[in-house]
Amino acid sequence: MKLQTKLAWASAAVLMSLAGSAHAVTEISWWHSMTGALGDRVTGLAEQFNKSQNEYKVTAVYKGSYDEALAAGIAAFRAGNAPHILQVFEVGTATMMYAKGAVKPVSEVMKVAGEKFDTSGYVAAVAGYYTSPKGEMLSFPFNSSTTVFYYNKDMFAKAGMDANKAPATWQEVVAAAARLKASGEKCAYTTGWQTWVHLESFSAWHNVEFASKGNGFGGLDARLTFNSPLHVRHIENLENWAKQGYFTYAGRKNEPEAKFYSGECGMLTSSSSAYGNVAKNAKFKFAVAPLPYYSDVKGAPQNTIIGGASLWSMNGKKTEEYKGVAKFYKFLSQPEVQAKWHQETGYLPITNAAYEMTKKSGFYEKTPGPGVAVQQMIVKTTDKSRGIRLGSFVQIRTIMDEELESVWSGKKSAKAALDNAVLRGNELLDRFEKANK
Amino acid sequence: MLFCGAMNCWIVSKKRISKNLKTSQHRDTEGAQRTQRKTKASHFFVCLAFLLFFSVSQCLCGELSGFKYSLEVFLEKRARFRSAWLPYLLLLPQLLVTVLFFFWPAVQALYQSVLLQDAFGMSTQFVWFDNFKSLFADETYLAAFKTTAVFSSLVAVLGLSLSLLLAVFADRVVRGSSIYKTMLIWPYAVSPVVVGVLWMFLLNPTLGIVAHGLRHFGIEWNNLLNGRHALILIVLAAIWKQISYNFLFFLAGLQSIPKSLIEAAAIDGAGPWKRFFTIVFPLLTPTTFFLLVVNIVYAFFDTFAIVEATTQGGPGKDTEILVFKVFNDGFKGGDLGSAAAQSVILMSIVIVLTVLQFKYIEKKVQY
Repeated sequence: MKLQTKLAWASAAVLMSLAGSAHAVTEISWWHSMTGALGDRVTGLAEQFNKSQNEYKVTAVYKGSYDEALAAGIAAFRAGNAPHILQVFEVGTATMMYAKGAVKPVSEVMKVAGEKFDTSGYVAAVAGYYTSPKGEMLSFPFNSSTTVFYYNKDMFAKAGMDANKAPATWQEVVAAAARLKASGEKCAYTTGWQTWVHLESFSAWHNVEFASKGNGFGGLDARLTFNSPLHVRHIENLENWAKQGYFTYAGRKNEPEAKFYSGECGMLTSSSSAYGNVAKNAKFKFAVAPLPYYSDVKGAPQNTIIGGASLWSMNGKKTEEYKGVAKFYKFLSQPEVQAKWHQETGYLPITNAAYEMTKKSGFYEKTPGPGVAVQQMIVKTTDKSRGIRLGSFVQIRTIMDEELESVWSGKKSAKAALDNAVLRGNELLDRFEKANK
Repeated sequence: MLFCGAMNCWIVSKKRISKNLKTSQHRDTEGAQRTQRKTKASHFFVCLAFLLFFSVSQCLCGELSGFKYSLEVFLEKRARFRSAWLPYLLLLPQLLVTVLFFFWPAVQALYQSVLLQDAFGMSTQFVWFDNFKSLFADETYLAAFKTTAVFSSLVAVLGLSLSLLLAVFADRVVRGSSIYKTMLIWPYAVSPVVVGVLWMFLLNPTLGIVAHGLRHFGIEWNNLLNGRHALILIVLAAIWKQISYNFLFFLAGLQSIPKSLIEAAAIDGAGPWKRFFTIVFPLLTPTTFFLLVVNIVYAFFDTFAIVEATTQGGPGKDTEILVFKVFNDGFKGGDLGSAAAQSVILMSIVIVLTVLQFKYIEKKVQY
């Protein structure tokens, strides 16, 4: 049975390649990590593009989770048969961009293909993450989300609070947590993606540096700085809230989201892309609000940091193929395509035109959730809020997770943990700098 | 992988040789002693040849019966090869596979461990032993040794005791024994990641049914923040996965013990405990020893998927075992140099452990 399916696939592949050569269609391979409904939409995008013209054929292939797809892409590149387009998550950005000769910047792809390319049409806080200090766009922003605040309206009403007024600052969050606790709730507040929300986005949101050299945009010699008094203050607060039972730690990634939509926790900070899941599962009224901040910090709130992934074009392909890649990027940038993607998935729109189009259609009035994330991002970014570009960032995130856990479990003080995370992370940055000279 | 195969082969070949001895002992004690002398003399060379010859088949399909047959042919009918090159020619395909898939990667790992390279391999520097130096300067790496030692001994000792217990019970079951046995063998077919996820759900502080039950006994289970709970979680998952394998070998071992011995002891008035500890267990020592080595190798090398699926080394670094760090740094972090250095260290530890086991524990084994 297995052999038969394999044979069937093989013969199908042969037929497809024959068909391809017969019509002289240029094949473009696209490796991605989107599953479920998102995976269907990705395939849908490729099909829509293929139908729109007859010179190029984009084939979308699912290659496992983000880190698996990245590892597969690296292995394929080393073996000399990388895909044309590889979807890489935001923490892998530095790994990709410093691999000189392995990737071809989007702006170069466009130049090779002779396509006009204007980067000013892209949402700055999204595209900025993937743009070099010289303004050259390195990868094509595809699916971006950011950190937002969710709260259970029913629970708020039950605790005697105004359900239509979300806590805007951390001070208000803790006051609300106390009220929820007092009304007998077991879990007041929890957070998904603790490092992204409480260190990365927290820094940009308060316009303080996460790392030197503009969070690493200025070069490989950037070092971590997230042990500043403001960071320590925030983590110390969370530590105290954990002790008082206001904050419940529930895991490093998106596991805590389940604690919110099951109705156990009253408040949640997590990715804006959790919206769909929350809307589907929550049996109560909830609302999305901007990420809380400290009102006494100057410049806050600025903008939050994006998560998600972008599309990288791998080096060493034929000009003809790059033309196809450029055409595909152009297709993805079309306001209609973008607006549809944004409205269907809840990911941020990557062009201003798509945002305007969605706004005009009245989408945000009907579903205010996704609009909050967009509002947080549609601002002019600063050097401290543009994004984070650090090598070995996958491992640095693990280090931050580990050190934060030692704070929540009471093993270390906030200051000691953050100092240690900076120290350990900087060792990795040293190593990355040496390896990529 | 390579050493796992090699060690498996070493153990099994020794086991088989002893089995040969045992069968011939039944036939004729004098002949057996002769064979023993002969075997001991050629033992080293035979093992060396088998190390190459069988490590592949061992690792890939674990076909013990075929293995036994070829071993017997090789031992007893060696003289039949008239030409000098034919045996080597016959060995060649196996040798090629071994060299290509086991030695070559091992050499690559050694070479990578002295390099500093970016993820894509675009720039490579020879850095001597810098990768090793920075590892040993890292406190958290040294802590991982301790975690690994605790984890591996727990997995090996608890896993073996539990499977032995189950095997002894299964051996006694008269009715429906095949169903019972089949059920016990099933978990082996489940992949480590699924095992991890399964246990994670059972013990999830929010959703887990076991965690829920524990709360009734006043135990606030939270493997997300309590390092000890997290360690218990991965040990449970790792043991559960390996129990079937151990069970199978123990059961086979138990069934090969002549009933007459046990009956004779029973007639002499030995109770079940006495019978077990003076007759059954000593006769099981070869199996137990083999399984001990296999389980330690398993705990060292094959458990990263369980950790990845459950705790990812957390909370803090409380469940970060060495092999998980290799996987995390190399596969996820793209730092091949450091990961290669770590796997070289890991390899040496397992070699040293296995040699020590053979040197000291094997003396207590009664073949």
